[in-house]
Order: sequence, then C-alpha cells, then structure tokens
Amino acid sequence: MKDTVKQIVERYGKDETRLMDILIDTQETFGYISGDATQIMADMLGISRVDVNQTISFYHFFSTSPRGEYAIYLNDSAVAQMFGRQAVKEAFEKELGIKFGEVTADGKIGLFNTACIGMNDQEPAALINNRVFTRLTPYRVREILKHIREGRGVEDLINESYGDGKNSLPSLRSMVSSNIRRKGMILSDDYTYGTVIKEVLPKMSPEAVIAEIKHSHMRGRGGAGFPTGLKWEFCRRSKGDKHYVLCNADEGEPGTFKDRVILTEKPELVFEGMAIAGFAIGGDEGILYLRYEYRYMKEYLEEVLNDMRSKKLLGEKISGIEGFDFDIRIQFGAGAYVCGEESALIESLEGKRGEPRDKPPFPVEKGYLNQPTIINNVETFATAVRIVQNGGEWFTQFGTEDSTGTKILSISGDCMFPGVYEVNWGFNVDDMLNMVGAYDVQAVQVGGPSGTLIGPNEFHRTLGYSDLSTGGSMIIFGKQRNLLKDVVLNFMEFFIDESCGSCSTCRNMTQVMTNKLNKILKGKGVANDLEDLKQWGKVLMASRCGLGQTAGNPIISSLKNFKPLYDVLIQKDKEFDKGFDLVASVQNSCKFVGRVPNFNHH
Amino acid sequence: MSNLIKFKIDGVECMTERGKYIVEAALENGVYIPTLCNMPGVKPKGSCRICTVKINGRLMTSCTTPVADGMEVESNSPEISDLRKSIIELLFVSGNHFCPSCEKSGNCELQALAYLYQMLVPRYPYEFPLREVDASSPYIIKDQNRCILCKRCIKTIKDEQGRSVFAFRDRGHRLEVVMDKELSHEMTPELAELAMKNCPVGSILVKEKGFIEPIGQRKFDKNAIGSDVKL
Repeated sequence: MKDTVKQIVERYGKDETRLMDILIDTQETFGYISGDATQIMADMLGISRVDVNQTISFYHFFSTSPRGEYAIYLNDSAVAQMFGRQAVKEAFEKELGIKFGEVTADGKIGLFNTACIGMNDQEPAALINNRVFTRLTPYRVREILKHIREGRGVEDLINESYGDGKNSLPSLRSMVSSNIRRKGMILSDDYTYGTVIKEVLPKMSPEAVIAEIKHSHMRGRGGAGFPTGLKWEFCRRSKGDKHYVLCNADEGEPGTFKDRVILTEKPELVFEGMAIAGFAIGGDEGILYLRYEYRYMKEYLEEVLNDMRSKKLLGEKISGIEGFDFDIRIQFGAGAYVCGEESALIESLEGKRGEPRDKPPFPVEKGYLNQPTIINNVETFATAVRIVQNGGEWFTQFGTEDSTGTKILSISGDCMFPGVYEVNWGFNVDDMLNMVGAYDVQAVQVGGPSGTLIGPNEFHRTLGYSDLSTGGSMIIFGKQRNLLKDVVLNFMEFFIDESCGSCSTCRNMTQVMTNKLNKILKGKGVANDLEDLKQWGKVLMASRCGLGQTAGNPIISSLKNFKPLYDVLIQKDKEFDKGFDLVASVQNSCKFVGRVPNFNHH
Repeated sequence: MSNLIKFKIDGVECMTERGKYIVEAALENGVYIPTLCNMPGVKPKGSCRICTVKINGRLMTSCTTPVADGMEVESNSPEISDLRKSIIELLFVSGNHFCPSCEKSGNCELQALAYLYQMLVPRYPYEFPLREVDASSPYIIKDQNRCILCKRCIKTIKDEQGRSVFAFRDRGHRLEVVMDKELSHEMTPELAELAMKNCPVGSILVKEKGFIEPIGQRKFDKNAIGSDVKL
C-alpha cells in the first residue's frame, strides 16, 4: 500500500496543488483513503495530516473508511423521489440487510445517498463504481445485486443497450440517454469542428475575436450572466506569468444535465471554444473541471482531446499561428456543489477545500495559481465557436435584445418528454410546458433550487436575463405533488449538505430556517413563523457567494408564490407554539430508562 | 500625495492610503467596525460576516474589501446593526455558549459583541448541538461547543516547518475545527498560549492555567469592545 501511495504522490510531482488528483487516485485504487495513506501524503507534501484531512472531508466521494468493492450511490434529488426512488432504496436495503450509509459485513457492497447526479430525465439513477445506472426499479435492483454476487464486473451489470447518440461509443459504453429533443445552433450537426480554428482564427487578431464576442452580447450560460466578451477582455488586459482558461463543468444545480449532454454529443465544440478563448486572452493552458459524477466520460473525453491534438487543433503553433500554444487537461472534482462557484472551483483545482474566495480580486486578475483566469460554462464555450464562425452581428438575431442567442434547457419532472431542449431566449414558460407535454402543472422550478418556484399565474413570463434567469434547470411539478414536503424541504436539505460552511450565515441560517419549516410541516407552526422565515432569509444575503445568498430561496420563493400552502398548515387558534413535542420527548426518555410513560397527569 | 484617497463612512469624511481594507482604514479614522474572524496582519477570509457593510446597495465584508476613492460605506445604520446582531445570535444558538462558566468570559470577543449589540434572547431557537471536547493534547483543550469556526487558529498556529496545527473537518453545518494529533502533542507552551490568545472565544484553552485573572477585571469587563477606537 505504502509504495502505491508514494507512487501516486510522485506521479503528481509531490505538488500540493494536485492534491485532488492524488486523493482521487488513492480513493479509486483502495476504495478509501486510509490514515496511513493520509500520513504518507502529509509527509511527502510537507503539510500536517489534518491539512490533508480537511480536503478529504470536504468532498462527498472521498472516504476515510472503505466504501465497499461496489460503492452504490443512489441519487436523492427531488425528481428521483418523484419517480420511485423510495421503492428502489427499500429494495437495496432489504436485499442487502444494511441501511444507506453502511457497507455489507463482507466489505463487498456499500450504499450511499448522493445529491443530483445530472440524470433527472432518467431517474431513479445511481452510480456504481463510477458507472451510471438509470431508470432503476426494485426488480433491476435485485438483478444487479444478484449479478454482483455472481462476481460480475461493473461493466457486465448493464443488461440493456447503450444510450442514444454517442453514449454507445466504445469509449463511453454508457446506458445514459442524451434525450436531445430540440436542436439549435449548438446542438445542430451543421458544424464541422475545427473550422473556426483552421479557417477563421488565422485571419483574426485576439482583439478582433474579443470584439465579436462583445458584439454578440453573449452572457455567461452558467447562471450568473456576466458578459462573456468583457470577461475575456479584462483577462487579456491583466498581467501575469500565465493566463488560464477554465471550463466549469461542475453542473451541480439539481435538475440540470445539459452540460452532460453537450459534453457527450459535442465535446469538440467545447474544447474548440476553450482554444478560441485561449487565443483571445493569450492563454497558456485550459482545464476542464468536470464533476466526479461524470467520471464515466473520462476515457471518452481524453480520446477526443487526443484526436484534436492529432489534428493539430490543440498543442503547439495551432493552425500555424505563431505563439498559439494551447492544450487542455481534465480535472475532476469529488462531489461538492459549491465548486460550481467559480472561485471555489479554483480553490478545488489547487487541491484545496472548495471554499469561495472573497472578491475582489476577481479571477480575471487573480485566478488559478493567482494568475489571470477566465472561467466559463460548458455551453458558453460551445456558443463562442458559433459566434466567432458567423460574427457577433449574426448572433444577435437570435433571442431577445438583452438575452441574445439560444439557451439549452434541462427539463425534467412531471412531463411527457423530459430531456434537453435548445431554445431561443425569450421563450415563455407556457410554450415550454406545451412543448414538453406537461399538463396539470402546479409549479415550475426555474433555475434549480437556487432559482425561483413559480405558479401558473406566472407562466406567461419569459426566459431571459431580465425576467426569468436560468442556468438551464427547469423542473416541473404536477398538481399531485406536495411542494413543501417533497420539494422545498428536499432543496433546503440539499443546501445544508452542500454549504461549504465558511460563512456563519449560510452554515447556520439554512439549518435554522429548515428547522422552522419542519416545525410548520409538523403542524406546530403559527402565523408569526411565516414572518420570521421571511425576515430571517434576508440574513443570507450577507454570505460570500451565490450559493449562500440563494440558499434560502426554496423557502423564500415558495413563501412568496405559494403562501396558501403554508397558510393551511398554520394553527389558527394559537399565537405562539415553541414547537416542542412533549409527548414524543417523554416517550423517548422513558424508553431509555425503561419506564412506561403516564400521560394522564398532563 | 496621490496615494491618499477620500471615502465616507456613514456620511463622515475619511481619508486613507490606497490599498487598505475598509476595516483598517476605518480604524485609522476612529471608526470601529466590529470583527471576529479578522486579525491585523493576517490575510482576511471574510467568514464571520460581522463586519458586513453596505456599499452601493450591496453587502460587502469590510475586512476583505479595499477602500476605493470616493467610496460611500454604510456601517452603523439600523439595518446593518440588526444584521450584525442577527449574526451574533446565529453564532450563539448554533453552539453551546455558557458565559458564566467559561474561562474566556470577559476576554471573549463574541460575548463582548453580544453586549455591544445588546443581545438579550436570540430570535432564533437554540439548537443545543452535541459537541465534543478534545483534551488529547498535553497542552491545550479544544472545546467544540464554543468554536465559531473563524479560522484564526488555522491561519496563525503553525509549527516551525509551517505546518498547520489546526484545520477544518467536514463542511456545512457539520463543519469543525480540529487539532492535528501529532502537532498538538509536540507544540511548544508558547504556541499553546498563542493559540488561546488568538481564539476570539473560549474554544482553545491552555491546560492547567484557569482563571488567573479574576472575572470582573478582564478586558471587556472594564470597557466595551471597540471603545478604545476614538476619533
């Protein structure tokens, strides 16, 4: 064991900033990261053991105890729950005789919960040793476990044909479906990758590329919506030893999966966009930061990169342009939603806990390794290729004045045709629901849990940066759903789990508000509790990053748009209720001391 | 002197050198902005959020935001004061802070801020979490009941080789600051003293040295926190 860990640390040049890779390799080799392994890393990197541990303990997929020969991670997103997760979960537990969070006594199989794995259009889904298993049912669970016991490898647990599109390629062999249901400029097949690098860039200066992007008025597709051209320009102007191009493929917002589809079907477009950005800002290196949930794409994406290298679309003197040296590597995360925040992503890239940085300075000045850095979403890079190909002016004919171009939506929940839809900005919610076959809709979660929950009286609103802004996650809830219990509470628990914990506000307020929500759900709420939630939620605005600032949104936005759902739970005859369940508490303590509770005295 | 810039805190004209953080510049100008996680001379992290101010309608932490020329900072308004009080209350309810039995009482910055902002009963329900006390080091006690996760010990307490004695563990609501077993066994008594001194609350205590200075005669027993900052 010792020698293997030493080799892993040496593989990454004993470089502390590559700790993520060191930990991932160790976790994958041994199924966990032992105390001895941690000590070896600490000694070789010249840091304390707690220092190594603080990175390990930050990420969901790292573990200091064995997670089983087959580690099963069952998605627990709200949509998974809606589509039968409970029965699947119970089947796993019943078959194995263990609970989630445990490993079988023989060390063979471990069961774990995990946050949205980007498969909302094919739930319930699970990861088993980094392979994705979609559309699970109790029958499939029994079958999978039977096959595991028979000694089948994880590859041989798949018993259906591979998914559509490129999912069936030998380097992917995945049962995931891409479910592309509407194509636009990005998902269309009318572009031959490499065209811009080979034919357009040699005729353009970096400044001209930036000018086209600025002229297109494209704004970042990750959700925050910063003008892409400006970001590139700021970075180009910043002085540094090196300039970096980072692609944010950490799509962790529950309900979004469009980056998974873009990277499956059009990875060349994304990498070409990164190379164009590299050309524009004077970039030296590109890094794709990919969420660990998509580890199954590793071999495939590396094959794509190699293919692009062999075609001289990456590497040195690309397209014969002097000084245009640019290559891309893939860095995996290890399970942390907050790493989708750009500065947290950089911290993670540097081998640290994914705690967002204070701004200023912004990444364009001091980013990865303190050098000027741009970070853009997967979709932003893909879009940039089409802009540089056709010009910024061409691009502005799509979408609306303040939201140009197209947007790829991940649509899931209660509808006939969940999947990925590329639409022009300015699409309204009503049309969207008609498009996907959604009837009797109670609510739509726009932009994921950190976004807004809207009801039918707002379905006339349009998608765009000035009205309903979205990074792409659209979750539809039918009339039959219990919004507060099954959706809002699920989202709040997600934020509690995924907060980095750095800010006092986000670390504590999410819990305090959720406790209050639970009190209301138990029928112990009073009118004042609703006012409290409204006021308390404001404190979150003092948090450092977007996650913290929006972490109360599930409650805040449902309270605003679905107040009647709260009102019916509120006790009408009481002005105060401390929410303490005396009977339950007495029963509990009596159980401990072995007495029979007598409630007649009360 | 092109390096001097003007700015305003709550309408009062102030002046400072370019590049200073608001909190430092405010001090120079005799304006106290409360802090917990910040330490002079140590790279700020903006984690306690107590020093939040409003600039151009946006909430910013004054320990991490450099002053800009002509900046207008809102600090002592009812809104910001109530926000700070909220944060103090949040810290109280999410831990177990029993001042009367705490060795740090009177020297505790959290307690002093609670007095300054006149916290009586927190508006949030107490969580009474179960927390551990780690007394495994021969020199110090790490009491998780009182830790406010400010990171001051993580940033400042290192051995001769620059290795951290303290570090975070886990994340979110389960976040803790823990000691390195080896390094906390090998630390010098001086480092132990420094760790206790740098802790704004009573989460790090030096062993076998309690209550030398009587309660009632301690720093904040005599004067409110921030009262030494004068115009």
